Amino acid sequence: MPARLRPSPALGLVIGLVLLLACGLFSILYGLMEISLPDVYQALTQFDGSPEHFIVRTVRLPRALIAALVGASLAVAGAIMQALTRNPLAAPGILGVNAGAALSVVAAMFLLKATSLSVYAWFAFLGAAAAAVAVYLLGSMGRGGMTPLKLTVAGAALTTLLSSITQGLLVLNERTLDEMRFWLAGSVAGRDLSLFLQVLPFMAVGLLGALAMAKQITTLSLGEDVARGLGQKTGWIKAAAALLVVLLSGSAVAVAGPVGFIGLAVPHIARGLAGTDYRWILPYSAVLGGTLLLLADIGARAILRPEEVAVGIMTALIGAPFFIALARKGVRQS
Amino acid sequence: MRRMRTAIVLLLLTLATLLVITINMGMGEYPIPPLDVLKAVLGLGTGEYDFIVNTLRLPRNLVAFGVGAGLALSGAILQGLTRNPLAAPDVIGITHGANLAAVIVIILLPAAPLVALPAAAFAGALLAAAVTYLLAWKGGSAPMRLILVGMGIAAVVHALTTMLLTHGKVLVVNQAMIWMTGSIYGRSWEHLYRMLPWLLLFVPVALLLARHLNALQLGDDLARGLGAHVERYRLLLLLTSVALAGAAVATAGSVSFVGLMAPHIGRRLVGPTQGGLLPTAALTGGLILVTADMLGRTLFAPIEVPAGVITAAVGAPFFLWLLYQNRNS
Repeated sequence: MPARLRPSPALGLVIGLVLLLACGLFSILYGLMEISLPDVYQALTQFDGSPEHFIVRTVRLPRALIAALVGASLAVAGAIMQALTRNPLAAPGILGVNAGAALSVVAAMFLLKATSLSVYAWFAFLGAAAAAVAVYLLGSMGRGGMTPLKLTVAGAALTTLLSSITQGLLVLNERTLDEMRFWLAGSVAGRDLSLFLQVLPFMAVGLLGALAMAKQITTLSLGEDVARGLGQKTGWIKAAAALLVVLLSGSAVAVAGPVGFIGLAVPHIARGLAGTDYRWILPYSAVLGGTLLLLADIGARAILRPEEVAVGIMTALIGAPFFIALARKGVRQS
Repeated sequence: MRRMRTAIVLLLLTLATLLVITINMGMGEYPIPPLDVLKAVLGLGTGEYDFIVNTLRLPRNLVAFGVGAGLALSGAILQGLTRNPLAAPDVIGITHGANLAAVIVIILLPAAPLVALPAAAFAGALLAAAVTYLLAWKGGSAPMRLILVGMGIAAVVHALTTMLLTHGKVLVVNQAMIWMTGSIYGRSWEHLYRMLPWLLLFVPVALLLARHLNALQLGDDLARGLGAHVERYRLLLLLTSVALAGAAVATAGSVSFVGLMAPHIGRRLVGPTQGGLLPTAALTGGLILVTADMLGRTLFAPIEVPAGVITAAVGAPFFLWLLYQNRNS
């Protein structure tokens, strides 16, 4: 979009926020039990214990909150990754971070017989962090350091590797398979608020940290040489940004399981709307990511009504064609 | 000199494979001395072991060898085509296509005849490859685009597979998971006969195309300069690779990492020239899978671990080593 046609970024952000709130509200209203707008309001202000109020407070509201924050975290993590690696295809799902979390949870369940979602969350966190470190090391080994292509292929390879081990574990134990298969598809259903509150601090630190570092991230996205030329200590900035990615994607996976493609697609849309400055791209990504995951979750509930599809499947079906289009566009004839 | 070396390597691999197959046929719940195994296979025995050896264990080993060889050859061709050492049928979506088709049959059509499963898997592999090729086409088929688009296709197909897995009954889902991991359990002559025509057709085709693969490996421009019809041979080679992987996966499920490992081991043994590499990789792949099947049968006996779990367990560290080796490319 040429600059003169672009509305001011702040206005766009406000529109995005309104959209986010509207989607969140719709997500609360939509479901098998009819709930009206006044019900929602009263449930929050004067809770009277009626079934409608109970559902709003314990099921619908947590679900909408989780979807919005998980979406925001994944999108911001993806945006930072794309800036950090200067790779349009970078995202937690592509680079193996989700697969690492999945393997870690399945291994915990298989070896330690862990069963509660809050225990899963910690292992997901550890797994995501380990995979992020591994893919970074693998992608930047050797002469020439990290190139976008090396990183993407290393990520795809790591994903294959981790998920085939996951599959092997699942084959060996039917009980694990039965309990894990829903988590593995990625979902925001049936999460209670306490689980969410456990990871909320990590997400909050991640999101606020990302916004605080937006300027440095913009500089870094111009390339390491440029950033260094502008006097940036790139090593520290990169390490801090990578830590933010681990915090954000780790906590997102911990709550919702491996939800893919939000982190890939949203930053591109955000860049299309907000330009090249990460001080705008990051908040745009957060708002759009939350909106997109809310919509995907509504879609997941609507498509096979009254049954639910895991939201991770919805995002993959929406996001993978996006990935293919990017791959077609971004890679020249070699 | 190189030819001599290749011949020796091929001979040694063949001997090693025969040795492992013989040992594998002797092992199990009902152990049989190796000499009696050979006698039974050759029809010289007392008839005591004929059923176990010739009806149960021999076809299983031959299937394992054929599947391993098919996957390895497919991987070797893909790696040459894409000029990428990490390409393999299970990285760029071919096996994902087979998985989805097989899971559809297992979960949604439990009443389908037994033949439907391999047929569907084969069709799925072919379809995934066709879609990848078409979507990667943009005035030509750049290898890198093939890999990236293949990864995207793999993701979509994987999402659909996961959807089916979360909605099926756990017993059927477990069956589907075992299929997706890859196993040679209970494979019989019938399975072998169904796979054999594909191998007999496409293995020679692959070997005949080795020369063109050499040219393509130099890069499109150089290959064109040498007079190669780049696009035509790339399509033909891709088709061969998919047919081999499809036949293998249809027979045993998607055994992972064989298509990735075998070509690299082959390259270590005989060097990068495709004429020697392709047969070496094929034999290596066969040997790997026969060995994996033997380990899976015996390591935790009486529990049988699917061969695919063994190849994944061995393939994982190999893979990391491979990434390390290729750090400068």
